[in-house]
Amino acid sequence: MSTLTDPPKTAFRLSMLINDTRYRSLTFQALAFLALALSFVYLGNNLVENLRTAGLNINFGFLGDTAGYDISQRLVEYGNQDSHSRAALVGLLNTVLVAFLACITATVFGVIAGVLRLSNNWLVSKLMAFYVEIFRNIPVLIWIIIIFTVMTAVMPAPRAYRGDNATASMLLDAVAFTNRGVYIPMPFFENGLMPGQTLNWLVVLVVAVGSWFAARKINVWATAKQEESGVRPKTLPMVLGVWLVPFVIMMLIMGLAWEYPALKGFNFQGGIKIGGPLIALWFALSIYTGAFIAENVRAGIQAVSKGQTEAAAALGLRPGKVMNLVVLPQALRIIIPPLISQYLNITKNSSLAIAVGYADITATLGGITLNQTGRAIECVLLLMAFYLTASLLISAVMNVYNASVKLKER
Amino acid sequence: MSELAIEREIDRSKMSISDEVAIQITGMNKWYGQFHVLRDINLTVNRGERIVIAGPSGSGKSTMIRCLNALEEHQEGQIIVDGTELTSDLKNIDKIRSEVGMCFQHFNLFPHLTILENCTLAPIWVRKTPKKEAEELAMHFLEKVKIPDQAHKYPGMLSGGQQQRVAIARSLCMKPRIMLFDEPTSALDPEMIKEVLDTMIELAEEGMTMLCVTHEMGFARQVANRVIFMADGQIVEQNEPEEFFNNPKSERTQQFLSQILGH
Repeated sequence: MSTLTDPPKTAFRLSMLINDTRYRSLTFQALAFLALALSFVYLGNNLVENLRTAGLNINFGFLGDTAGYDISQRLVEYGNQDSHSRAALVGLLNTVLVAFLACITATVFGVIAGVLRLSNNWLVSKLMAFYVEIFRNIPVLIWIIIIFTVMTAVMPAPRAYRGDNATASMLLDAVAFTNRGVYIPMPFFENGLMPGQTLNWLVVLVVAVGSWFAARKINVWATAKQEESGVRPKTLPMVLGVWLVPFVIMMLIMGLAWEYPALKGFNFQGGIKIGGPLIALWFALSIYTGAFIAENVRAGIQAVSKGQTEAAAALGLRPGKVMNLVVLPQALRIIIPPLISQYLNITKNSSLAIAVGYADITATLGGITLNQTGRAIECVLLLMAFYLTASLLISAVMNVYNASVKLKER
Repeated sequence: MSELAIEREIDRSKMSISDEVAIQITGMNKWYGQFHVLRDINLTVNRGERIVIAGPSGSGKSTMIRCLNALEEHQEGQIIVDGTELTSDLKNIDKIRSEVGMCFQHFNLFPHLTILENCTLAPIWVRKTPKKEAEELAMHFLEKVKIPDQAHKYPGMLSGGQQQRVAIARSLCMKPRIMLFDEPTSALDPEMIKEVLDTMIELAEEGMTMLCVTHEMGFARQVANRVIFMADGQIVEQNEPEEFFNNPKSERTQQFLSQILGH
C-alpha cells in the first residue's frame, strides 16, 4: 500500500541498533535492564544459597516471641515480657516522635537564621553565617554525642535535689533538669467529660480543630470584607478569641490540673520525663538540619530578583506587604522542594539515636531484636520497609503542599 | 536610531504645560561609596512636561530618576515631588510613591499573579480600593493599553511588548500624577518598541508629566518638549528637541549625537 509520498525505506541492518538515533536509546535501555535483572537474579540466588548452607530460612515468626528487654523512653505501654513486634512498635513511635519534633524545630531555627542572615545588621548576619557554617560542617553524630555528654556532665543528678541543703532546685517547683533527663509537670483532667485521659485529650483535639476552622472562616470573611469595602478588618483579636475562649472554658469545665514530678527514692516520679537521649537527639538534629534549612530559605529569598521588590516598592507597597504579597509567594516555590529533602534527612538521621541509647526503631528492631534473634535479613528488610514508607509519606504530603505554592504559569 | 517607530500623527497642541511645578531638584548629589554618581543636579519639571533624558551609559540617568521615588537615596540636596519633600520620612516616601508611577527596563511584572492581579495589587493594598472597583479600574487601563483580552493570563505568557504595556497599565492603576520611565524599550524587539512608544505617546497627549530615560531619539524629537543630556553624573545640556538635535552646544553632546545618529 505504499504511495509515492512515503519516504524510502532503508532495510534494517544490525549496525543500526548502535548507530541509528531511533534505535540507539532503546538498545541501551534493553541492555541496562538485562544487566539489572541478571544482577537481581544473581543476588537472590546468592541469598537463597547462603541461607541454605547456613541452615537458615526467612521467617517472621520471631516477632511474636518475648522480647525480654526494657525500653525506658516509650509512648505506649511496654514491658520486657511483651513481644518483639511490640518493641518494634515502641521504637517506631519513638522514631516518629523525634523526627516530628525535630522537623518542627529545625524549620523554626532555619527560617529565623535564614532570614536574619539577610539582615542589614552586620553583627546579626555574621552570627547567623557563623551558626550555619559551624553546624552544617560538623557531622550530626558528633553533635548528638557532644550535646548528650554536656547534658549528662553539667546537669545535676536527681539526688542533688534531696535534703535540706540541696545543691539543685526545681524551676518554679515544677521542672527538674537532671542528668537523666528533664521532668516537667503532666496536665490531666480532674472531672473529664469522658472516661479515661486519652479520650479527654481527644475532646481537646476536636475543640482545637473546631477553633482552627473558625479562624479560617474569619480569614475568609475578612477577605470578603476587604474585597467589598477595600479595608481589611482587624482579625487578630477575633482569631485569638476563637482559639482561647473555647480552650479556657473547656479547661475550666474539665478541671485541668497538673501532676508535678517529685523526688521519690532515687529518682523523680510523676510528671512527664523527657529523657536525656531524646533531648540530645532532638536538639542535635534540629540545629544541624536547621543550618541547612537556613541556607534554603536564604537562597529562596535571594532568588527573587531585586526588580520585583523595587517594582512593588515603586507602587507604594510597604516592606512588610512587599514580603508577604510579592517576595514570599515566589520564594516559597524555591524553598519547599529542598525542604522536603531536609525532612527526609531528619527522619533517616534519627537512626543515629543508637549512639546515645535512644530506643528508636533502629535501636530496637535493628539492634537488640536483631542481635537476640539473629534474624538479620528479616529485621533489616522490615527496617528498610519502614524508612521507605515513612520517607515516601513525607514526600507525598510535602509534594501536595508544594503543588499549592508552585508557580502556576510561566 | 530609527524614527520609523512612531507612525501616527502627534497632536502637540493637546500637550499643554502648566506653570505649576511638579518636580523640583536643587543641588542634588549622590555617591556610591567613593564614586560620585550625581553631581549638583538642578532640575525643575512643570506639570504636563515631557522630558527625555539621554546620555551615554553610566552617566547617572537611571540613578537620577530612581532618586525621585526613593528607590535610591540621595545624600545631598533637596527633591520636592508634587509638593512633598523627599526625606527619609516614611510618610513622605509613601505619599510620593503612590503619586509617582514607574516603568522599568525589564518590566518587573509579578510572575505569580495574573495580569489583572498585577494591576489590582497596589490599588487594593495601598489605596484600599474595593476589589470589584479595582478590577474595573484595571480593565479600563488594560483596554487603554489594548490588551484587555490577556487579563487572566500570567506575565510569562505574554510578549515583551505586551508585558511592558501591562507594566504601564499597572502603574496607571494607581492614578499617578507623574510617570517615570527607565529605558522602557531597551529590552524589546524592534517591532515591539512601536507598541510601547504608542502607548507612551497616548499618555503624553493626555497631559501626563513624564520623565523618560530612553535611547529612542525619534520619540524624543516628536514627543518631548525638553531633552536633557547627561554625562558623568552631570546635566551637560538641556534644550528643546529641535534645538538639541540640530544645534547641540557642548562638545560632549555633539560627540554623543554623532555616535547614535551617525549611522
